[in-house]
Amino acid sequence: MSKSVKVYSTPTCPWCIRVKQFLKESNINFQNIDVSTDKVAAEEMMKKTGQMGVPVLDIDGEIIVGFDKERISKLLEI
Amino acid sequence: MQIYDLIIVGAGPAGITASVYAARKKLNFLVISLDIGGQAALSGDIENYTGYQFITGPELSSKFEEHMRKYDTALKENEEVLELKKTGEVISVITNKAEYHSRSVIIASGKKSKELAVAGEKEFKNRGLTYCATCDGPLFADKVVAVIGGGNSALDAALQLTKIAKQVYIVNNIDKLGGDAIMRQKLEAAANVVILNNSKVLSVLGDKFVSAIKIKSSDEEKELAVQGVFVEIGLVPNVAFAKIVETNEKNEIKINLRNETNIPGIFAAGDVTDVPEKQIIIAAGEGSKAALSAFHYLSRKVF
Repeated sequence: MSKSVKVYSTPTCPWCIRVKQFLKESNINFQNIDVSTDKVAAEEMMKKTGQMGVPVLDIDGEIIVGFDKERISKLLEI
Repeated sequence: MQIYDLIIVGAGPAGITASVYAARKKLNFLVISLDIGGQAALSGDIENYTGYQFITGPELSSKFEEHMRKYDTALKENEEVLELKKTGEVISVITNKAEYHSRSVIIASGKKSKELAVAGEKEFKNRGLTYCATCDGPLFADKVVAVIGGGNSALDAALQLTKIAKQVYIVNNIDKLGGDAIMRQKLEAAANVVILNNSKVLSVLGDKFVSAIKIKSSDEEKELAVQGVFVEIGLVPNVAFAKIVETNEKNEIKINLRNETNIPGIFAAGDVTDVPEKQIIIAAGEGSKAALSAFHYLSRKVF
């Protein structure tokens, strides 16, 4: 079964754009959460990570802060 | 051993433009970069790149990237160059992942944000303190924030934040703001901006996240309650890997009119160099010059 992937992002951050592009190119389905408009989600992200930087990925509960291509690839077996 | 004609280090406006020119000259080349777009990708509104009366930094960067990718350019992304070495006519480019060889190199590695060097800065990085208003600004909706700095990048960050935050302090260590007059006017017209000149940041305070900064304003120390701190006090060149080329007192790579460094075969372009004025359009133009110079260098030489 494929893993659940959430991407906490803002529309303007360059690394958010890149990480989403990378997931799309790798045919990974993901839920994009725009923390600039969804304040509840923004709080949730800050609680999960103890920080405010985006992008944040939640891959089946594993949290990745930033576009860490290697860890993302490993977790998703890309 | 594979030897490229050219390796371009960096994929900001300079590196990407160099790649377009290199592709059109049919050079066998490679682009190595940590990111795409460089500082341009982090800019807010851009109104001085000819042809676009208005475009945002992320949009312009994606246009640059599209242009680069149109030529099926070989790109190593997320890869950091650690060292350059020249042995005979061959330049080795050593990264955190591999070693490449080339007859010429264009250094277009740009600049990165300068740090404040005050207590609390490292601790609260990404916990309210950031160097990128474009990236992280939207998370500060209806909060009180401080922008540190008084030049164009500080004004740009402050302008972006006026549309998001409840209140924006600009903490500027000299007696008036620098930057473009048009940006200053826009800020002065904004209702939620307070400009604090002659003010220096002493420390960043908070518990889990930033809650205040301690500043010294005209010899008086005070605490400013803020949830966000945007550091925009200038940039430093990314030259740690380029020890073999000569730099100036600002650590910028010295180049001549043809973008040549002191090492034959190594060229440099854009914000990482001592070119006067750091602008996207200048970096792009410099990138094209460097690629053409590298092309002439390669055609003159018999390897």
